[in-house]
Amino acid sequence: MNLTLNIWRQANATAAGAMHRYELAGVSEDMSFLEMLDVLNEQLNANGEEPVAFDSDCREGICGMCGLMINGQAHGPEVTTTCQLHMRSFKDGDEITVEPWRADPFPVVKDLVVDRSAFDRMIQNGGFISANTGSAPDAHAAPVEKKLADLAFDVATCIGCGACVAACPNGSASLFLGAKITHLGSLPQGQPERDTRVVSMVGQHDAEGFGGCTNIGECAAACPKEIPLDVISRLNKDLRTAMAKGY
Amino acid sequence: MTPVATLVTGSKSTRSTIALKMLMAVSGLIFIGFLLAHMYGNLKVFAGHDAFNTYAEHLRTIGEPMLPHAGLLWIIRVGLIAALVVHVASAIALTRRAHSARSTKYVVKKNKGSSLSSRTMRWGGLALFLFIIWHLLNFTIGKINPTGGATHDPYNLLVDTFDPSVWYISVIYLLALVALGFHLHHGVWSACQTLGFTNAASSRARAKDAGLVVAIVIAGGFALIPLSVLFGIVTK
Ligand code: HEM
Ligand code: SF4
Ligand code: FES
Repeated sequence: MNLTLNIWRQANATAAGAMHRYELAGVSEDMSFLEMLDVLNEQLNANGEEPVAFDSDCREGICGMCGLMINGQAHGPEVTTTCQLHMRSFKDGDEITVEPWRADPFPVVKDLVVDRSAFDRMIQNGGFISANTGSAPDAHAAPVEKKLADLAFDVATCIGCGACVAACPNGSASLFLGAKITHLGSLPQGQPERDTRVVSMVGQHDAEGFGGCTNIGECAAACPKEIPLDVISRLNKDLRTAMAKGY
Repeated sequence: MTPVATLVTGSKSTRSTIALKMLMAVSGLIFIGFLLAHMYGNLKVFAGHDAFNTYAEHLRTIGEPMLPHAGLLWIIRVGLIAALVVHVASAIALTRRAHSARSTKYVVKKNKGSSLSSRTMRWGGLALFLFIIWHLLNFTIGKINPTGGATHDPYNLLVDTFDPSVWYISVIYLLALVALGFHLHHGVWSACQTLGFTNAASSRARAKDAGLVVAIVIAGGFALIPLSVLFGIVTK
């Protein structure tokens, strides 16, 4: 199929960017979206133009690197990551607009690549459990109720891709934050630091410049891992509990 | 805002965006409580001139002689003004944060998971704020009678306000009620979520249903009054 691509080009973090238009012919519907961009880049290389910079790593939907805003939807029209999106979701003659995640805490590095270190700092600021290193404890040493184990597992599938921030009109990272808080807060190992964790992670979230949540729901609709809005309620509840204890 | 690139220390739960949201939620719920009581009083128009005016007068004498004349009314007014200041100040702070969290807009952006009411909270809230000012001028502070008639009789002032000869006043009221219905439809569910009551799909669905019911009951209940005067069901 033949496509028209509108792609955000920006030379570096400080340069002004602009949308550029490219015509791409002979795209197979079996290609992934990233393979389609690879083909575009080969064409650009052949013409002596600078290829489009975009992030990817695993290309199997588990690392969270490949986020792109495609036709106004984070990761495009399907509930999956950009690397798992296939060109069969588009049709011949389509015009596709590709932009980087837009959030001031995720500054553009180049073209479609953004810096998501703000997420790493949120994790660094409490998004862990403190445990002595050494040999792993026996799996059954700390029993976990099945319901909670399932909940923790479901929310632990968050890959930190940032689609929730990208889709949110407030640029809030509440879904990501809620997923981490719910994950650790559901497990016995997460209990000792539960109150301090939520306060410092929320403090880091706010200091990074993410917006406040208005419970609009664009995040959960965009999340490739289908993290539900419940986690934001749990985040709020944990913060309320910590507040009552004076943290 | 650009990222801080350092780990912040000494964070306090009370200084967070979530704490601001909780203030919005609690102040919003206070408004809802007031609106239900206010609607109950207004619906007394259907009981006639004397019942309505007696109720209005009783509001001023309630609690006497323990409280001074209109004492309870003033306690409620001060509480509502405080709630409004908190609600609007948090709304402004959070709106500004949201704008600086996305200073570069998307060229193309689709809405896939949000209701119209959720996306009109800020403009709808502003409309409600302007309406509240007009409404107080109309019935409380200014006692403006759009037909030029008497203003000392609460029941007659109400009926004159919604007189078909000044139909545009009723239109303002009905539009404000639409804005209120929208604000409540999202606001009720959002407040439940902000306060941490919706930790599962089932409770989320219930909170959303509650938003719809509260919106219809409050906006619909208030709307009965201008509509009944316009259509001649309630007369002087
Ligand atoms: C009768 C008056 C009002 C009522 C009953 C009301 C009620 C509510 C409720 C219950 C919420 C939900 C809190 C939450 O999100 O957790 C809310 C949110 C909000 N209100 Fe109001 N409000 C009123 C007036 C106003 C006014 C005058 C403004 C603006 C100046 C305003 C602006 C907002 C905004 C921006 C939000 C946050 C949006 C969101 O969280 O989705 N409201 N309101
Ligand atoms: S919550 Fe979903 S959208 Fe947000 S970072 Fe995690 S996987 Fe990505
Ligand atoms: S490249 Fe790893 S999730 Fe897409």
